Amino acid sequence: MDCTNAQTLIDSYMDGELDLVGKLEIEDHLPGCALCSQRYDDRQIIRDRLKRGSAYFKAPPALQKRIQRSIRQAAKAESSPRWLSWSWVRVAVPLAAAALVVLTLVPFFRGPSPEGILTQEVVSSHVRSLMANHLTDVPSSDQYTVKPWFNGKVNFSPPVVNLADQGCPLVGGRLDYLNDRPAAALVYQRDKHLINVFIWPSSDRTASTPASATRQGYNIFHWRQSGMNFWAVSDLERGQLEKFATMLKTSTQI
Amino acid sequence: MLGGAVLICKLARFEQSILPHMDAAYNLARWLTRNEHDAQDMVQEAYLHAYKFFDAFRGVDGRAWLLTVVRDTCYTRLQQNRSRDTMTSFDEEIHTIEDDASNPSALVLKSGEIEMLKESLEQLPGKFREIIVLRDLEEFSYKQIADVTNVPLGTVMSRLARARERLKRILCARLKEKP
Repeated sequence: MDCTNAQTLIDSYMDGELDLVGKLEIEDHLPGCALCSQRYDDRQIIRDRLKRGSAYFKAPPALQKRIQRSIRQAAKAESSPRWLSWSWVRVAVPLAAAALVVLTLVPFFRGPSPEGILTQEVVSSHVRSLMANHLTDVPSSDQYTVKPWFNGKVNFSPPVVNLADQGCPLVGGRLDYLNDRPAAALVYQRDKHLINVFIWPSSDRTASTPASATRQGYNIFHWRQSGMNFWAVSDLERGQLEKFATMLKTSTQI
Repeated sequence: MLGGAVLICKLARFEQSILPHMDAAYNLARWLTRNEHDAQDMVQEAYLHAYKFFDAFRGVDGRAWLLTVVRDTCYTRLQQNRSRDTMTSFDEEIHTIEDDASNPSALVLKSGEIEMLKESLEQLPGKFREIIVLRDLEEFSYKQIADVTNVPLGTVMSRLARARERLKRILCARLKEKP
């Protein structure tokens, strides 16, 4: 065995981890080699000093007590009933929080109500009638011209009145489509504001007082009377539109 | 309650097989962190971890199993702290044995120089430090060291040889500096 080999095996030899062949070879080499003997001696000195010296750090008694206590606590936490334990809380708390969020948000995500959809349709129709240069099919302030015009176009006869005396002249009539059916649209004017009144038959024959809504800055009043639905929509100020709605309701009463 | 009895049994087994090795745990943690305060934290953390995963302990060598947990805990923390010691990745070959034929030293250590030996050990890279601690202070067999450090037996042999050589060089340099 040469020195290079001996140097790599000398530690295993000292630690008693070398196989018999290696052990014999080292023991054969060491006595005749001052260098390797020296290395071996140095190794032993260092090892013995480390072992005998104060290189070994013992755990402080306070730490021992602390750890013993925390282990017992951990054991206790583990053995306490499931429904009180942290693992349960860790699952339950996020679940409860998630449920709360869902319950809070559900109303926002629920589809709009039928009335909400209709309101939106009414506003859209109103806006479209102003945009598309198709305000009236029958431009006339004469109720006796407008009313017959609807004959044969819709299967009902909408009440048509001119409210010119009350400051809201009739502008004309138009065929529209609302709530999945044809509807009669009457156009009135109040100063510079146009008012669309949509009329179509209702299955409910009872009368109702005007209810209001606001969408995209437009005011809406709708009511039921004489088996007809009335929806008035305009950019007219709310109070004015309400006045108009009341006027119309009174005038069309049969 | 059966569950409660099992848990009491677990605690008893833990206190019997793992708790008595706290000195070994602290010694390793102290040498790896080189800091008393961190070492205490590490040992406590390691013990709680060991208790939590005690069911995974199948063997009979509680001390080696505990030291594996301690070592993992320490290295995780040291990496988190981005300690210089672990940032320079350990390369076995860089720390290779050099031929010291020109410098044969006859070591004579007086009592005051024990401190110097400890300082030299602290100066070693972590992987060298731990292998000397496990072998010379904990007196683990090469097989136990291989298990704890998760390297092959051959690597334990060569790493230990390099670590001791390096330790001797550092110590010799320190002894020379000393007036």
